[in-house]
Amino acid sequence: MSNPKTLFEKVWEQHVVVEPKGEPTLLYIDLQLLHEVTSPQAFEGLRLAGRKVRRPDRSIATVDHNVPTTLEGRLNIVDQIAAKQISTLRQNCADFGIELYDVDSRQQGIVHVIGPELGITKPGMTIVCGDSHTSTHGAFGALAFGIGTSEVEHVLATQTLPQSKPQTFRISVEGELPQGVTAKDVILAIIGKIGTDGATGCVVEYAGSAIRSLSMEGRMTVCNMSIEAGARAGMIAPDEKTFAYLRGRQFSPKGDAWDKAVAEWSKLPSDPGAMFDRELVIDAATLVPYVSWGTSPGMVAPVTANVPDPANAATDIDRKSFERALEYMDLKAGTPLAEIEIDRVFIGSCTNGRIEDLRAAARVAAGRKVSSHVSAMVVPGSQQVKAQAEKEGLDRIFREAGFDWREPGCSMCLGMNPDILSPGERCASTSNRNFEGRQGRGGRTHLVSPEMAAAAAIAGHFVDIRTWEVREEVIA
Amino acid sequence: MEPFRTLTSLAMPLDRTNVDTDQIIPKQFLKRIERTGYGDFLFFDWRQTPTGEPIADFVLNDPRYKGAQIMVAGKNFGCGSSREHAAWALSDYGFRAVIAPTFADIFYSNAGKNGIVLVKLSEEQVDELLKNASTIPNYQLTVSLEAQTVTDGRGFNASFEFDAFRKFCLVEGLDDIGLTLRHAAELDTFEKQHDAANWLKAK
Ligand code: SF4
Repeated sequence: MSNPKTLFEKVWEQHVVVEPKGEPTLLYIDLQLLHEVTSPQAFEGLRLAGRKVRRPDRSIATVDHNVPTTLEGRLNIVDQIAAKQISTLRQNCADFGIELYDVDSRQQGIVHVIGPELGITKPGMTIVCGDSHTSTHGAFGALAFGIGTSEVEHVLATQTLPQSKPQTFRISVEGELPQGVTAKDVILAIIGKIGTDGATGCVVEYAGSAIRSLSMEGRMTVCNMSIEAGARAGMIAPDEKTFAYLRGRQFSPKGDAWDKAVAEWSKLPSDPGAMFDRELVIDAATLVPYVSWGTSPGMVAPVTANVPDPANAATDIDRKSFERALEYMDLKAGTPLAEIEIDRVFIGSCTNGRIEDLRAAARVAAGRKVSSHVSAMVVPGSQQVKAQAEKEGLDRIFREAGFDWREPGCSMCLGMNPDILSPGERCASTSNRNFEGRQGRGGRTHLVSPEMAAAAAIAGHFVDIRTWEVREEVIA
Repeated sequence: MEPFRTLTSLAMPLDRTNVDTDQIIPKQFLKRIERTGYGDFLFFDWRQTPTGEPIADFVLNDPRYKGAQIMVAGKNFGCGSSREHAAWALSDYGFRAVIAPTFADIFYSNAGKNGIVLVKLSEEQVDELLKNASTIPNYQLTVSLEAQTVTDGRGFNASFEFDAFRKFCLVEGLDDIGLTLRHAAELDTFEKQHDAANWLKAK
């Protein structure tokens, strides 16, 4: 091949509107996802300037960040400011002709869960959303990235964004993932290795046999947390699994259009010999289940390890940050991670709130009981995930074990709705950020996989999931 | 947007790395539908106790730094959530420039859209500024976007890189949508061809 190109370059080039000299490239945006929190000021800006939405057909909206996760709470939202934000989105969608999946819709859910599940997310697209975890959609070979509210307004008005071309970074995970090691562990390991600013300015392409072996749900988990490594976006080449996932979905192409689409999508993977600005290869066999111990997603360690000692930090300012993190987390250097007792468990979010995540957690929980000092909740990522889980009887397994079974939304991933940690509470969470106060002021978050979260709920402390015995007889 | 050319101001040291947007503006203030009035909530959880008492040793509460328009901070400033509210809170409070070794991408772009200049200096240079700002009373810095330099009038003199187009927009105080619409004709042509690619349709 004369000029081998990366997946990213192919998608980028197909969306260049114009490359003005000395200015950023003007990039066409195929799809914008909207939600209640980062859009009101954008619509207001349009109104003030007397502008229209250029392509209402290239936007969809849903409510996810604010919505309560109890049925009662949803019918009558007590938080008046949150209720106002939701009704503002309704009004904006009605005024500007944008399709909204509202609280009572069977398609409602976290934006990054419903896009793929409705078949709106497709390979080769450019996708944006006023939410940093938009990188999730890259699992389909789309170029998807989070933007701020001014940019949301810009896309609404012009269906484009001025962008300077990012660098490319290929991270290959080669080999077979050991038993008990999940997609979540893969991405936590990567962030731990390269750091929270390790991929700043880059679009990461995840490659290698271990990545290809992941389901679409697993691939979404990996791409989702690209932002925690500072990346602009994460991408994975589309393949047969991608096509199988999309076939027959509500907005997937049908008939002839499907065949044509698959033919185009098949041309997207990086060409052999394509050059990346940076490369990293990881041996899958070295990976283990991880637990985060600090207040930044780079602060992770194997579940079998101890809380690290700040004295070993590389720089002065790092040491201060480590000390501060340990103080906030109320942890002592040298404590085995598996001995840390927890109060709460949250299974959900756009990182791990999909059907496969719930299946994995349910297998671990089946036939057991949540520890008496733990309160645990499962929040499906969308209405469709919830319906599917209920069809499979997963809700029954969770309920019998003592988990709360909730309505879909972001919930305790960021605690904008009533689901929050109390000060001092310690939570095993399948979400993506362990920042101070993320799940509630003074709350302490440990990031883990759905399996590890379920096991922690039952044991009352972290456990090495590789030693867990699944009660197969209960699941059957 | 207010143009930015040169700014001389008191410098406030924030001696922390990975300052995330959840800390800059906590989630409970994201429910508002306005674009203004976020300054009071800047670093809310670091500034006051759960019962509303000011936390004296947090630098924003230190009277010595009252009125500072320049902040000096550790690496990966502005990481995390894409909330532009973080930029709104900083600018509403009065900050016009942040100096750090690295910034997160989305925050970088949000700041620019709100007239805040983000200056990248080396870790050593930032360390020096952090030290100076915390030990020298009334420590003033000058950030010149036009000259792309940071100086303190007592020997510190560092130049920084800055994207030429972004600089032009900040110096002129230009609005992005207006700039994009200069390319309306190209956009129309592109969009017509692009729409024909059925497989890129959203719905
Ligand atoms: S689940 Fe969490 S990370 Fe995902 S969109 Fe919602 S708040 Fe953001």
